[in-house]
Amino acid sequence: MSADALKTEPPKTADTFLKGLWRDNPVFVMLLGMCPVLAVTNSAINALAMGLATTFVLFMSSTIVSLVRNFIPKQVRIASFILVIATFVTVTDYALQAISLDVHKALGAFISLIVVNCMILGRSEAFASKNNVGRSMLDALGMGLGFTLACLSLGVVREILGTGTLFDVPIFGPSFEPWVIMVLPGGAFFVLGGWLLLFNWMRERKEARA
Amino acid sequence: MAEKQQMPPAEDGGNSVRMVSTMGIIGLLAGALIVLTYQVTFPVIQKNKAAALERAIFEVVPGATSKRTYQVSGDGLEILEGENAAVRKYYAAYDSTGQLTGVAIEAAGQGFQDILRILYGYDPDCQCIVGIKVLESRETPGLGDKIEKDENFLKNFIALDATLADDGATMAHPIEMVKFGQKTDAWQVEAITGATISSRAVANILRVSSSESVPFLTDNLDTIEGDTP
Repeated sequence: MSADALKTEPPKTADTFLKGLWRDNPVFVMLLGMCPVLAVTNSAINALAMGLATTFVLFMSSTIVSLVRNFIPKQVRIASFILVIATFVTVTDYALQAISLDVHKALGAFISLIVVNCMILGRSEAFASKNNVGRSMLDALGMGLGFTLACLSLGVVREILGTGTLFDVPIFGPSFEPWVIMVLPGGAFFVLGGWLLLFNWMRERKEARA
Repeated sequence: MAEKQQMPPAEDGGNSVRMVSTMGIIGLLAGALIVLTYQVTFPVIQKNKAAALERAIFEVVPGATSKRTYQVSGDGLEILEGENAAVRKYYAAYDSTGQLTGVAIEAAGQGFQDILRILYGYDPDCQCIVGIKVLESRETPGLGDKIEKDENFLKNFIALDATLADDGATMAHPIEMVKFGQKTDAWQVEAITGATISSRAVANILRVSSSESVPFLTDNLDTIEGDTP
């Protein structure tokens, strides 16, 4: 993780949003929140649900943290941030149960574990507690979507190779023999490794050209 | 987080009141928000759960269109009003003419990684198990979780023999698992190749549960057939 990745003062508005998607992507560049990324991306729909749930929590917590940032004494800021995050995780947990029991069942304990996703506390501490509400919201949205995209890129590859389907729609004929390893934990590491390889290779190429 | 400044050492004690009150206020607001969400979503969640259960019941008892929930009380059964998670329940399922088509029974046992919970349908007419559905499982994706979808495996449970022995209290043939392709009798469950442990878990759960529930249900068949909805 380079210090560059955590620099929080590029003042352009569009950049605040876009950096989370690509340059500072929380998963592929900053390597944050690996636990849900590896654990629940065994199908595209699970990956999408996890990404959106995390985005919601990140967005709401960043907004609130940014709103109250001047009232919170420094000594209790981490405790306060965690409290805010935990509240929104609980809200998400209930909301997801009301929306779809099946998805909630598939994600299981990982919904509650969004609380300890270091990406969320990281953005609260490194960005939202130092910036105004608008920029914090943009930053959270960018980071959240970046996280969702990363989850999806793992989930899509793993589901296609591991079960031969995409969003439960079969895409190969019945003769396709699924690579079972891809939906098992091992497959998560293979696919993540592949994506990291791609990202690092692209970055090196860009640096070499510059 | 390199450039972030470290937390300063506590300079003054007067701040602690402010610290505590800040935490208190945030905690209060957080609590209020959670309670509000709970209040709003609770009825929806209950409805979802009830609908999911009803779908599962109609799935394991083919031809059923309505159901009634019975709870065990003493030696008999009585209709359960509302919710009660603590008692053993039987879900009697009826077709459109009000005839009893089967009983859905919940059962659980050790699976490959965690407790496996299944719902199965028992048809008193043919004295057999007519369908199963996995309610909760942590079986290995791609291997053990085939017990939920594998067509050959689910074929075992179209008419799995669960006849009572002549004494009326034990099973004539306890349900048992055999390897794929070796099924010879109606009370045998053919395993999935590569998911033997999960298949055996299902067979074990069914054996234990049926040897308990089938004699009991046979004794109480009048109750659930009797009062029409």
